Amino acid sequence: MNATVPGMSDLPGTGASGRTRRQEFERRQRRRSIVIASTSTFVVVALLVILIPKTPGWYKVKRSFFDGDVFSTTFPRLLSAFLKDIQIFAWCAPCILAFGLLIAVLRSVRAPALFPFRLFAAAYTDVFRGVPVILTILLVGFGVPGLGLDRPYNSPYLWGSVALVLNYSAYVAEVFRAGIESVHESQRAGARSLGLSSSATLRHVVLPQAVRRVVPPLMNDFVSLQKDVALISLIGPIEVLRQAGIDKSKYANFTPYVGAALIFLLLTIPETRFVDWLVARERRRTSGTAIR
Amino acid sequence: MKLSLQSVHKSFGSRRVLDGISLDVTEREVIALIGASGSGKSTLLRCINLLEPIDDGRILLDGVDISEPGLPADAIRRRIGMVFQSYNLFPHMSVLRNVALAPHKVLGIERNRAEERAHALLTRFGLADRAGSFPDQLSGGQQQRVAIARSLAMEPEVMLLDEITSALDPELVGEVLDVVRELKSTGMTMLLATHEMGFAREIADRICFLDRGEIIESASPEEIFERPRQERTRQFLQRVTDAGRM
Repeated sequence: MNATVPGMSDLPGTGASGRTRRQEFERRQRRRSIVIASTSTFVVVALLVILIPKTPGWYKVKRSFFDGDVFSTTFPRLLSAFLKDIQIFAWCAPCILAFGLLIAVLRSVRAPALFPFRLFAAAYTDVFRGVPVILTILLVGFGVPGLGLDRPYNSPYLWGSVALVLNYSAYVAEVFRAGIESVHESQRAGARSLGLSSSATLRHVVLPQAVRRVVPPLMNDFVSLQKDVALISLIGPIEVLRQAGIDKSKYANFTPYVGAALIFLLLTIPETRFVDWLVARERRRTSGTAIR
Repeated sequence: MKLSLQSVHKSFGSRRVLDGISLDVTEREVIALIGASGSGKSTLLRCINLLEPIDDGRILLDGVDISEPGLPADAIRRRIGMVFQSYNLFPHMSVLRNVALAPHKVLGIERNRAEERAHALLTRFGLADRAGSFPDQLSGGQQQRVAIARSLAMEPEVMLLDEITSALDPELVGEVLDVVRELKSTGMTMLLATHEMGFAREIADRICFLDRGEIIESASPEEIFERPRQERTRQFLQRVTDAGRM
């Protein structure tokens, strides 16, 4: 911006380069940080690369976890098994969002007629946040089909997914509730003073702000759901973890597990980056100044 | 009588905030409530708008007791506009949507039509070019003008202004007060709580001095400022003068 202004470089504090003293200082600082960061990264990586292969068991570990041949034979199979995980995730996620939001809203509504629902919602979150996911999956996945339901209603896909939805909805409901409570009272006063009913206020004023605020913690839960889908393998369905287990036994080699881990990372890392981007965009859009 | 308060009482816990307030407001009248912080000005306005339930007394709008428990508060609130000290705009909506929301959702005006009307209001207050902006991108003065427009979009019969310039930088106060002057010229009935004594004197038909939840003195601006009858009024005005706010 400066230096384009005529006479600017004559001002005290502006060097021959046309940059102010402040800018010169920041440039030096930046260069220094880059040099330090790259040197330390290089040293750490070099140490790992040199030291790990020197450990006595490295040869065996390398053979049983990082076998190139096993990897290339099993990876395509793992990928197609992973479609199952994506499928389960894809139908669980919207159910969890809807159910979690419903529970959260029920917990924040004060109408006396809804008291039983409020009680239910509170009990629900207590129970399902208190039981490990894996137990919920085992109990629901083996328990409900035990009622003697006919196909397809005894499918482990179905009841495994239901268990995930039940468990995650409890967490997601708490996240939504925290978001709802974080919206300042003055927002409600503003809306109510215009004649909006309490439900219209919730819908148009409180929830939109609450939901925007909880997107980052919500995405944490969904990244973790993405991983916990693999737990359904315990009750039967052949998804990526199960497939990796089968291949592990077949080749007596752990490489398929590494392959499965890679597949999860391929999905979850871009997911989190995408959310960071969404949040940053929203902040740029609605606020005047961004603090770096 | 447009609005009539009859012996209104309100306590928060054991603290008495309004202690028997009685006040009649005629159509087109502008009343300024002055008094120290905590004297009950804001609470009084919030009670009139039914944001706070009163403990005892009556609030009549066009002769109908609106403080009666069980009355549809939403329907009453749309007849009474309120503007807050901290604007209370909806940060997730554009300025235009802020103004058009209630007419669309509450009055059931079609969205395009509601936005047209919102645009007209924004134009009236010199904000047409900010219609697409978000509240956080505006100055305090602009935000408060949007808040007034938002309230006016419901075509209220009475406006309650709760210290609407108290959060503003001094140089932005003027543009908001201009809007209030314009409102008065249209004949809007208004109750305003304010610390701007000069403005209260200029715009109000009547000034009420509140202290500890009571109306100590209620008279024309000239009488209040030139010949206050009550000792407490004199003391308050003296403090304001000493603080250089007059």
